[in-house]
Amino acid sequence: MDINKDLIAASSTPIVLAILSEADSYGYAILQRVRELSGGAMEWTDGMLYPVLHRLERLGHIEARWEVAENGRRRKYYGITARGRAQLSEERRQWQAVDATLRGIWQSLSVSIADIHAAPFAPLAQEV
Amino acid sequence: MPDARESRAFEAQIDQWRDYLLRRQAIHSVDVAELEDHLREQIEALTDAGLAADEAFLVAVKRMGDLDSLSREFAREHSDRLWKQLVLSPGDPGDSGLSAARVSPDAVVAFVLAVAAGLAVKLPELLGLTLDSDPGFYLRNLSLFVLPLLAGYFAWRRGLDRRTVGWLGLAFVAAALFANLYPFVPEGDTEALTALHLPIALWLIVGIAYAGGRWSEVAGRMDFIRFSGELFIYFVLIALGGAVLIGFTAMTFQAIGIDIEPFIEAWLLSCAAGAVLVASWLVEAKQSVIENMAPVLTRLFTPLFAAVLLTFLGALLWTGRGIDVEREVLIAFDLLLLVVLGLLLYSVSARNPRSKPGPFDVVQVVLLVSALLADAVALWAIASRITEFGFTPNRVAGLGMNVILLVNLAWSAVLYVRFLRGKGAFARLEKWQTDYLPVYATWAAIVVIVFPPLFGFI
Repeated sequence: MDINKDLIAASSTPIVLAILSEADSYGYAILQRVRELSGGAMEWTDGMLYPVLHRLERLGHIEARWEVAENGRRRKYYGITARGRAQLSEERRQWQAVDATLRGIWQSLSVSIADIHAAPFAPLAQEV
Repeated sequence: MPDARESRAFEAQIDQWRDYLLRRQAIHSVDVAELEDHLREQIEALTDAGLAADEAFLVAVKRMGDLDSLSREFAREHSDRLWKQLVLSPGDPGDSGLSAARVSPDAVVAFVLAVAAGLAVKLPELLGLTLDSDPGFYLRNLSLFVLPLLAGYFAWRRGLDRRTVGWLGLAFVAAALFANLYPFVPEGDTEALTALHLPIALWLIVGIAYAGGRWSEVAGRMDFIRFSGELFIYFVLIALGGAVLIGFTAMTFQAIGIDIEPFIEAWLLSCAAGAVLVASWLVEAKQSVIENMAPVLTRLFTPLFAAVLLTFLGALLWTGRGIDVEREVLIAFDLLLLVVLGLLLYSVSARNPRSKPGPFDVVQVVLLVSALLADAVALWAIASRITEFGFTPNRVAGLGMNVILLVNLAWSAVLYVRFLRGKGAFARLEKWQTDYLPVYATWAAIVVIVFPPLFGFI
């Protein structure tokens, strides 16, 4: 399943913040976690994560530090800040509102679809 | 990882990838380090899953994404970087730990030498030679305070061998002797000529140090030409900034009733001397960033100068007026040829010798030919009356410079026309220009060494 670029861009902030609120992490591990959580549905281009991380760092939502990883390589770890947590709960509120709205409309649609046919609406759902 | 040979090849691949990324100005070395860590981890995961090392590398690079869009994303997030490149830091001050507090030895040496140049200018004061009491001394020796240090800086950077350093040092010593042992008449013509020509001759010595063993190559001398142009631009920029700083300093101190003008006057020369070294270091350090400044300016002004010269020639023909031979005419036309030469040099230096002739090349030829015609008219006017005026040292020096520039530009025009007609390579023009560099220095040396005794030190 391909997810629309705009949607990926919009959801990247809450996803990264949420993953970092679980524990401090670094680029590769964050991407792994995204894959795991989405069951492979969210395929980010690996490199694109880094500008996002740098933007969040600039905004003060996360903090970066260099550490030497267990394999001896220098690695840049990111951790969420208090401001990031506030941002996360704000994002969460907004996404829940969006989610609730969509849920409502899906439900009423599926009720009416069930009356006619289920199939023709599948592509429409993907276009959103 | 398998055997050593394979892992070496793998490291080479990574190196190549890293170099490729580093060429993007928006992606700094810290980011590349971060991305490299990612790449390596991805590759390890893929090889663990059973892929061969080179396959894993390809897949990992592909997953990293298209480098153009990646560097665009980085540029969008770090739009400041493209500008910040102009300042010293190799990394972001924000990326603390990795690159902070690491000052390159280059910078240290350059700044130490800059301070040394500033102090060297003040040194003669200890012997009672002040700017007011003996302005001639400072005029003649100004280049000797700065250029040996600059040549020394490049000798150090390029790791010149002892023999070359010895010869360069000898040249500076000889220059110092000629500038100071001749019994010049104070504020005479020959003294002014020495002051003007000594830097030109010594600039060649700096060039030899700059090229560092590549002086015999066209490319080495061409690099020196580029360096000179960029240095000039940087120096002007620093001087402008310095002027603003001085203005504000004077103004603010005046507001509290302290007159700091004497202090400024006392140190202005030192600051200028130091600025030459700082500017040189900046050109070296920031080469890749605004390497194209001089060529951009040439592109802008070549058509304008060509238009002005054509109009001048047209007016000359239309009105039938002769050139009014005044004292300054020769100097004015020398300067004109110098500007045209500069325009030519810096468009040559930036031009890809392999590209085909274009409209800009035609404009360049028009500029060359019109400058030559204008200068020929002026020379004619001067030559017809030179006996009447007599041969003063200034006039001979001016004429000599004019002839040298004229010969250069005339042959350049011939080579350029040949190139336009497809009968010669552009590289010929490049070679001609770089081969001609020693001619200026030789002429300048003649003016410094032969003229004073020839004209009785007046």
